[in-house]
Amino acid sequence: MTTTKQATTQVYRVYIKASPQAVWDAITQADWTDRYGYGGRAQYDLRPGGAYRAMATEAHKRAGEEMGFPTPDVLVDGEVVEADPPRRLVQTWRMCMDPQVMSEGFSRVTYEIEESPGGARLTVTHDLEGMPRLAVLVAGGQEAEGAGGGWAWVLSDLKSVLETGSRMAS
Amino acid sequence: MVEAVDDDDRVFKALADPTRRFLLDRLYERDGRSLTELESELEMTRFGVMKHLRVLEEAGLVVTARSGREKLHYLNPVPIRLIHDRWIDKYRERQVSALADLKQRLEEDSA
Repeated sequence: MTTTKQATTQVYRVYIKASPQAVWDAITQADWTDRYGYGGRAQYDLRPGGAYRAMATEAHKRAGEEMGFPTPDVLVDGEVVEADPPRRLVQTWRMCMDPQVMSEGFSRVTYEIEESPGGARLTVTHDLEGMPRLAVLVAGGQEAEGAGGGWAWVLSDLKSVLETGSRMAS
Repeated sequence: MVEAVDDDDRVFKALADPTRRFLLDRLYERDGRSLTELESELEMTRFGVMKHLRVLEEAGLVVTARSGREKLHYLNPVPIRLIHDRWIDKYRERQVSALADLKQRLEEDSA
């Protein structure tokens, strides 16, 4: 995909056969967050103004070395705006792996988890006002260049990890 | 497992219509559009467009969100990604391994 999504907000939704609490844990607990999507160990101080960091693992650093650029210790950072477990998490979100994307600053991500028949419905809303580079990245627009498939890929993988215990082949 | 098949069925049925694919393409170009904007691109009554949007929403391909008095429509690519990850990748792998087998056989034959 080479086209950009031009809207300043992106919305993603996935149905998962797991409890809202299990989905909440998979988003907020380090042992879960390293198991799907881009990986990294999440550190959350789950209260308004609390810090958020996704920390690089040895695997990230090795991958960075192979591609010929250093991986920062903090992959993504931000601040918790609102935390209402296991229903709603609002936070700011800045991607730190690419200097140009990082310079676009803090975006805003809202996770909404609702009960649905047989499981949970997770909706991710990403506000990307004035952040064209980050918008392309999280829409999976640079997957062919090795930048991962963005939210759609992350959520597909999250569903797989929660429902089957193992991730999709990447 | 049967539930998962139902989800896929809804996605394939939703995609099996040119008007609905047209609507998804418009949202891919520019996301977060109102019904008024979307219907202006189609020679169709408002009710016709609403019906198609409802099918897309039931399949999870469109998610709506309120913005003031307007309801905005967003393209949700996750169901297509799920089909890609669960079906298409599987067959692609088989194709690749079939080619690898062929290569190995040919090399063995010429050895």
